[in-house]
Amino acid sequence: MGIEQKLGNMGVVTTKLEDLVNWSRTNAMWPMLFGLACCAIEMMAAQAAHYDMSRFGMELMRASPRQSDLMIVAGRLSRKMAPVLRRLYDQMPEPKWVIAMGDCASCTGVFNNYSLVQGVDEVVPVDVYVAGCPPRPEALIHGVVTLYEKVKGDKFKDVVVQTKSA
Amino acid sequence: MDTKLEPIVQALQEKFSASLEEFRNEVHVFVNPDQIVEVLTLLRDKYDFELLSAMTAVDYLPQMSPRFHVIYQLTSLAKNLSLQLRVPVNGADPQVPTATGVYEVANWRERELMDMFGITAVGHPDPRILLLPEDWKGKHPLRKDFPLGYEEVQFTFNFDDINLRKHYAKE
Repeated sequence: MGIEQKLGNMGVVTTKLEDLVNWSRTNAMWPMLFGLACCAIEMMAAQAAHYDMSRFGMELMRASPRQSDLMIVAGRLSRKMAPVLRRLYDQMPEPKWVIAMGDCASCTGVFNNYSLVQGVDEVVPVDVYVAGCPPRPEALIHGVVTLYEKVKGDKFKDVVVQTKSA
Repeated sequence: MDTKLEPIVQALQEKFSASLEEFRNEVHVFVNPDQIVEVLTLLRDKYDFELLSAMTAVDYLPQMSPRFHVIYQLTSLAKNLSLQLRVPVNGADPQVPTATGVYEVANWRERELMDMFGITAVGHPDPRILLLPEDWKGKHPLRKDFPLGYEEVQFTFNFDDINLRKHYAKE
């Protein structure tokens, strides 16, 4: 039904495999259900009906790292929590991305002290930094869309090179 | 001072020659470190201070000579009173005898003191690190001589210098 009619008589769509893979990745990216501090409240608001992140393919926050592609580090990361965060990141299957949400996750904002990790990029590789204290849901969604732009530009050859060197 | 509190404070002054400070109806009784367990036991058993509601310390580094004050905030639920005991402790080898024998709650409070101020609770049953990371060595963060900033702040003029030193996580 449906799709056959839309495709007309051709029944074929041509595209690049790269584009197809990146399209499918960006349209079903599941973030991990993982909040560290007050930014998590804004993350929940972005997920809820008013802002509704499922418009961007994020139907569900997964409570397990094994089922998620995207880690949104929402909040300040304490030094005692850092090994846990890295472990969760290592448990996520490839390909995976990280958004550092808010000033604390990006550079610890105002908390320049002994107890917090000075930016989560010391522990996990970050793709997109979202500024704000805390960022509004619009800002987080903008970060997600920015990440999509980045993923859409991914090339297979870069990914292969990365795996070899690692 | 609360009229119900006066006889208690007087008894402490006579028995332990404790000095007294009063500020806006709050009473601070100064006690020596070797007397503190005895004082706490007396207050708990005879004067119904059944709750050690807070225990902490203050570092008066530049201005005062016994550098630390260890503070025991006691509450009597039966008599609706509160009393603060202060124990001045030297900076060189700060020690207080443990109060866990009198008040069970002192256990974690004293572990916190050992983490944050390096004030040893002598005879503590379980002197492990409580709040800091398990591999924490040496310095105590709530002391006044602990460095305030952890990392040099990155501005436009020193952005590149700091970026060279900063290590980023790899896949």
